[in-house]
Amino acid sequence: MRPAIVVEDLYKTFILHTQGGLELAVLRGVRLDVAPGECVALADPSGSGKSTLLRCIYGNYRPQAGRILVRHRDRPVDIVGAEPRTILDVRRRSLGYVSQFLRVIPRLPTLEVVAEPLRALGAGPGEARMRAAAMLERLRIPERLWTLSPVTFSGGEQQRVNVARGLAAGHPILLLDEPTASLDAGSRALVLELLRETRRAGTAMLGTFHDAEVRAVVSTRLATLHGAAA
Amino acid sequence: MSPADRPLLSVRGLTRWYGPHVGCLDVGVDLWPGEVLGVVGESGSGKTTLLGCLSGRLVPTAGTVEFTTRDGVVLDVLRLSEAERRRLARTDWGVVHQNPRDGLRMSVTAGANVGERLMAVGVRHYGAIRQAALDWLGQVEIDADRVDDLPETFSGGMQQRLQIARNLVTRPRLVFMDEPTGGLDVSVQARLLDLLRTLVADLGLSAIVVTHDLAVARLLAHRLLVMRRGQVVESGLTDQVLDDPQHPYSQLLVSSVLQP
Repeated sequence: MRPAIVVEDLYKTFILHTQGGLELAVLRGVRLDVAPGECVALADPSGSGKSTLLRCIYGNYRPQAGRILVRHRDRPVDIVGAEPRTILDVRRRSLGYVSQFLRVIPRLPTLEVVAEPLRALGAGPGEARMRAAAMLERLRIPERLWTLSPVTFSGGEQQRVNVARGLAAGHPILLLDEPTASLDAGSRALVLELLRETRRAGTAMLGTFHDAEVRAVVSTRLATLHGAAA
Repeated sequence: MSPADRPLLSVRGLTRWYGPHVGCLDVGVDLWPGEVLGVVGESGSGKTTLLGCLSGRLVPTAGTVEFTTRDGVVLDVLRLSEAERRRLARTDWGVVHQNPRDGLRMSVTAGANVGERLMAVGVRHYGAIRQAALDWLGQVEIDADRVDDLPETFSGGMQQRLQIARNLVTRPRLVFMDEPTGGLDVSVQARLLDLLRTLVADLGLSAIVVTHDLAVARLLAHRLLVMRRGQVVESGLTDQVLDDPQHPYSQLLVSSVLQP
């Protein structure tokens, strides 16, 4: 099967000009690939650059060298050096991202927050809201909260809204940055079951899960950034 | 080539001097259909000069600006006659000024402010004009019973929303905005931003938004230009420029923002 993500010799150094040009070499020749239907867990310790890699793949950080090929519209697109409008199209159709924290748009009700990625894909407002509602229901966000902005929600509720938004559009490739970090046991089980189901349906996943138990349940394979044994 | 494969606006080498002082220097950028471009930088960085040159209010010293019309015709904007440029400004373009007084006619009613733009493009039926004015007031969340009031009696936030309605009623394809939320209270800003975001997405508008507020840029713009001393020092996807700024000046700008 054709890989969903191929990372080749990726280098990312942060140069902090506001701190005397301090250089932090975070990614040094990372190689990695992810196929549809597998969930690859990055097993490095915290602070080693796992989130940096996910952000590079999402086009949020700009690497200095290497290639990141993401399967998009039936062909590989190199995210490194891609035009902004290409990256936006990749994000709209092919590549989803569930971050640790929800970045909220002021005033936007929860139902719309979750429906937005569907609208961006061209779904009508009614259909988008229906699918968003199903996702929120599945993650047990009480219906009375749907018309409110998630700004005031608890950490666990916000994270479930974030997962709902990330999975709503059914992207074939998902990046997961600690998707269960602030969830209690019950909510965690809900999210893990949803992730397993999504992967079995053929979605390619790459993620960080600091909790070993979570990692064991959700991932099909472990990988490390710089090739050392996991 | 279909219109979507061609930039709506294509700018090359745009330069404007004020005597010995540089306003903007050698700016090049392509704006694509449906794209919102944010221009950020501190005051005096050349943002407003650039917007003025692009929207035809300032004459640049050098450079070219090309605009692709609905019919796929590429216009050399800086070489249009005054009449041609005014027609473009009435039909395909909109300008939202920071101060609503610069974009509204304060001596006529809210309804007339919106209807006037339609009359300027040849709509004559009074009933249709009034209905369109009412529709647009609704879209920008102004109550229908204010249609016959003068803008003078409106709050700053309402005036700004009225200015937006006046601009959008003729369905422009490109809107220039200069600090659209500047001078408004924070709560009013949030409402206006939400409205702008929705309208831009629903109408598939292209826009160039000048702002010194990086939060506004993050919310509205797909792509950013960072300007300093008249030059573009960095450009890219909005979240990339804000989360991983490359140029020392962009890093300074991003790290200087107070987090609430």
